[in-house]
Amino acid sequence: FCFIDRTSTSSDCFKKPKTKRAKRFLEKREPKLTENTKNAILIKVIQKIPNPYLFFFRKNITRPFEDQTSLEFFSKKSDCSLFLFGSHNKKRPNNLIIGRMFDYHVLDMIELGIEKFVSLKDIKNSKCPEGTKPMLIFAGDTFDLNEEYRRLKSLLIDFFRGPTVPTIRLAGLEYVLHFTAMDGKIYMRSYKVLLKKSGCKIPRIELEEMGPSLDLVMRRTHLASEDLYKLSLKQPKICSAPYMFFNTEPVLK
Amino acid sequence: RGKPPARGERLAGCLAAMAALCVEELLARAEQREAEPHRSVAVQKELELEFDLGNLLALDRNPPRAAGAQRESRLRSLARDNTQLLVAQLWGLPAGRAEGATGPLVAQLPEPFYRLPREKPLPRPRPPTRWEQFARLKGIRRRKRTSLVWDEAAKQWRRRWGYARAGGDPARDWLIEVPAGADPNEDQFAKRLRDKREKVARNEFNRLRNIARGALPGRGLHPTGHQSRAELGRATQVARVSTASLGRFQPRLPKEPAAPPPRGGKKRRFEPLLGDLAAERSRQLELLRGLGSKKPPLDLTRAVNKQLREEDAQAAKGKGKKRGQRGKRGRQRPGGGKGKKGGARRQQQRPAGRKRS
Repeated sequence: FCFIDRTSTSSDCFKKPKTKRAKRFLEKREPKLTENTKNAILIKVIQKIPNPYLFFFRKNITRPFEDQTSLEFFSKKSDCSLFLFGSHNKKRPNNLIIGRMFDYHVLDMIELGIEKFVSLKDIKNSKCPEGTKPMLIFAGDTFDLNEEYRRLKSLLIDFFRGPTVPTIRLAGLEYVLHFTAMDGKIYMRSYKVLLKKSGCKIPRIELEEMGPSLDLVMRRTHLASEDLYKLSLKQPKICSAPYMFFNTEPVLK
Repeated sequence: RGKPPARGERLAGCLAAMAALCVEELLARAEQREAEPHRSVAVQKELELEFDLGNLLALDRNPPRAAGAQRESRLRSLARDNTQLLVAQLWGLPAGRAEGATGPLVAQLPEPFYRLPREKPLPRPRPPTRWEQFARLKGIRRRKRTSLVWDEAAKQWRRRWGYARAGGDPARDWLIEVPAGADPNEDQFAKRLRDKREKVARNEFNRLRNIARGALPGRGLHPTGHQSRAELGRATQVARVSTASLGRFQPRLPKEPAAPPPRGGKKRRFEPLLGDLAAERSRQLELLRGLGSKKPPLDLTRAVNKQLREEDAQAAKGKGKKRGQRGKRGRQRPGGGKGKKGGARRQQQRPAGRKRS
C-alpha cells in the first residue's frame, strides 16, 4: 500500500481524480513494484501511394532518430513503452525502427533494414492462435559478443515475450521465433511447432514454417547511456515480511 | 546311433545358432536405427544452450553453420534442434493437471531470469503525512467505520455519505439558530458557506503540502541524451546543491558563469582587501568620471519613462480584472502621485520624445 508513488514532476499529481474510474485509470499508469505487460505502438509513415490503413500518428512523427519528443508524447498518452516505426525512403529503404521507453523517455532505439520479407499471407498453411506466447531462440555468438547485438536481443525479447505467466499448458507451445545472427545479418524465422510421438516422454519436434520471416540488417542505433540503462534495470527488493502500515503500529515509549 | 554330437559339431551348431541370433539382432538394430532419426529427441551441440524458462527463452552460442545455398533448410534444422532442446527442458519442469484429473497438462514456470529494463522507475515509498506522523506518535489506530448510521430525525438507518445521507436532509437547513456569542446581524447561512469553503481550501492546502514533502527536486531528471538547455541547467543546479554543505563549497566548472550574489543574507559581506586590482582601479576611475561630468546622476527622463511603462503595465493588467474598481484607481494615480514627479513628467514628455501607446 505504502509503495504507491503519487509524486511526479508533472502536474498530474496535483489533480485528484473525481471518479473511481479515473482513479483506477491513474493507478494503472503509476510506477508499480510488479509492472503491467508492456504495450507497443506501431507507427507507419505513409508513402506517396494512398494507403487505406492510416495510423493516427503518421503526420506527427517523422524522424525518431532526430526528434523524439512527439514519440514520447504519444507514448505517454497511450501508456505504451514499446514502439515500432516503419518507413521507406530513397536513402533508407524498408526501414524499421524498434525501440523502447523508460519513464516515457526513449531508452533504446535500433534501426533495422529489411532485406527480404515473407509475410503471413505468402505462406499458405494454418497458423497458431493469436496471442500464443512464443518460444524465443537466439542463435549465434554475435548476440553475446557485440554490444549492439546484445541490446537488440534484449529489445526483441522485450517485444515478443508477451505476458509473464506462472504456468503454461505444455500442449499449447505452438509458436517459436528463431533469430540467427550470421554474416552481419539477422535472420528471423517463425515456425509452428508440431509435437510428435517419440520413444520417451519428451515429444519429438517438427517445425513448419508459418509466419513472417525477415532478413534484417542493423543500421543506426541509439542506445541508452550506461547509467540510465542501469537505472532502468533496477528491480525491487523482495522483502519476506509483509509491510506494516504506519498508523497501525503504536510506538512504545 | 544316438551318440551325442561331437564337441566340434556342438560348437558348430552353437556358432550357427549364435550367428542366426546375431543376424536377427543386427537386423533389428538396423531397423531401429532407421526409425530413430524420425523419433529421437537427442540433439548434439558443441556448446550447451542457456535457458530461461520463465521467458520461454533459449540462447545458443554455437556459431551457426547455415550459410550458402541451402540456407533456409539449414536454418530450419538449426531451429528444430534448438526447439527440441528447449522443449526437453520445459518437459522437465514440475507439471500437474489443471482442473482435475482430465484437464490439460500444465507446467509450473519459474520466475523469468533474463533481466529486462522496466517500463517506469521504481516507486518510492511516500513519506507519512502530518496526520500519520501524529497518529503514530499517539498510538491512534484506524477504526473501520460502518457505512450505515442511525439517523435520529428520520428514525432510520441511513448512509454515512452520499445520496439520502444521515443528517444531510436539505429540509433541515431552513432555520439556523444564532449561537449565543455571535453578532445578531450576521448572516449565519453565509457564515456556514464560508466556513465550508475554508475547510475545503485548508484540506487542499494540506494535501498539496503532503505531496510537496514527498517530492524531491531531482525526480524525473533522467540523462536521456536530448534534454533541453533549461533541463540541463536545472539538473546541474540540483547536482550542485546535493552535497552535504548544500553546495556552498562547490567549485565552479571552467566555463560556468560566476555564482549570483547571495540575496537576503543577514551577514554583511566585504570584498577582500587585495582582491581584483584591475576591478578596483576601474571602479575608482568610474567614480572620478562621474564626479567630473556635468550630467545629473539621476537621468530624470529615463526614470520617468520607466515609471510610465510600469503604470501602463499595471493598467493593462488591471483592465483584465475588475474593470470598475481598478480603472478608478488607475485614473486616480496620475493625479494623486508625487507632485514633483508629476509636474516634471508633464514637462519632460515632449523632450523625451517617447510616445505613449
